[in-house]
Amino acid sequence: MTCDDARILLHALLDNELDAGHAREVEAHIARCPACAAEFLAQRDMQRVLADADLRYTAPTSLRTRIEASLPQPQRQQPSRRSVLRGFAMGSAVSALAASGVVAVVLRQDDQQRILSEVVSAHLRSLQAGHLIDVVSTDQHTVKPWFNGKLDVAPPVIDLTAQGFTLVGGRLDYIDARAIGAVVYKRRQHVVNLFVSQTSNAEYRAPKTETMQGFNCRRWGNRGLNFWAVSDLAADELAEFVEKFEAAITG
Amino acid sequence: MPVSDDLQRAQHFREATLPHLDDVYTLARYLLRDASDAEDAVQECYLRALKHFDSYRGPAMKPWLFAILRNVCNAEYARRAHRHSPIEDTPGAAEQTPIWQETEASPETEVLRSRDAGAVRKLIDALAEPFKETFVLREINNLSYREIADAVGAPVGTVMSRLARARAMLRAAWTAEEEQAR
Repeated sequence: MTCDDARILLHALLDNELDAGHAREVEAHIARCPACAAEFLAQRDMQRVLADADLRYTAPTSLRTRIEASLPQPQRQQPSRRSVLRGFAMGSAVSALAASGVVAVVLRQDDQQRILSEVVSAHLRSLQAGHLIDVVSTDQHTVKPWFNGKLDVAPPVIDLTAQGFTLVGGRLDYIDARAIGAVVYKRRQHVVNLFVSQTSNAEYRAPKTETMQGFNCRRWGNRGLNFWAVSDLAADELAEFVEKFEAAITG
Repeated sequence: MPVSDDLQRAQHFREATLPHLDDVYTLARYLLRDASDAEDAVQECYLRALKHFDSYRGPAMKPWLFAILRNVCNAEYARRAHRHSPIEDTPGAAEQTPIWQETEASPETEVLRSRDAGAVRKLIDALAEPFKETFVLREINNLSYREIADAVGAPVGTVMSRLARARAMLRAAWTAEEEQAR
């Protein structure tokens, strides 16, 4: 490795962006080259001083208000979907009968879509400061008992650190107006929320990925539980998560 | 149902984008160096984001918002250039701006003293583009190299060399100031 390369790569080393092989190469160069070593230490030093200074700005409240005001506003007196349907049904008994099959199908899909959107909303909420975790622990034996008595279901809590997904804690959340368990994992900077709820359906349902607003959600059912894994991870990495999780639980 | 769809969409938009408002505003402040221009740019950025929200499929939300903000800021640069001669041409600016020669770091490196945020912001503000932008995205907005590449539409290799240069320039300016103060 030349000094020119090292002068660029040492920053990637500082930022933890190098894979193990390249990191070793840069470290080896630094060990041999006093000039690059000095630059590395100087940059590390500067990074520390920078981290201590508060360099962020806070958006003024007036700006937040202006943006809020430009969004479609909810109105209090909004008819719910249910009352709209009731209006339909009351129109004519015959047409209501004829339509009922269609309505049932529409509603079922709608329900899944609604739950998916609730799951994504819960994931987003959890990313806001201070909302991610109720019980902070990387130890599955701390997180699992924490759920006891809080839910009608005992979410499986499995440490997947060795498989590349670090357990960081658990949280209570609400989906479909019910309390639900969320087990939180991290891979690099990415958060994975695993939502778990009980279902009367004990059949295995194969994992399926859906995308909503840029988030991937992988949903499956097993052992009488419904699972939703939500993250901004790429679809293949999220699939890997589900695979590792299922392998760990059965294995 | 279109009304409630619209509301649900707005709610998702709110939840997805508003947590990043401080981040977006921070980048705008560094890029435009003016509080009220930054506010206007951020508002325009959110308007455009809302318009394109349906087609948003990633990357992560922050880089996506930053990419939109950059476009808005570029338009602002163009407007400023039109209004009067380029901002760098202000008399005296050349003298005030520290010289950004990439100096060989002296082996006996000294420890930088902590500075208050205002002084450090000034040093960062003085960095030339595109180095400043890359530096702010990494050091202040905490983006990964991949995310910076997504936000600025450049290869990761370019991001790495810009960042190395930005940090070398910043450190040179910082030490120069400390020597002057002595």
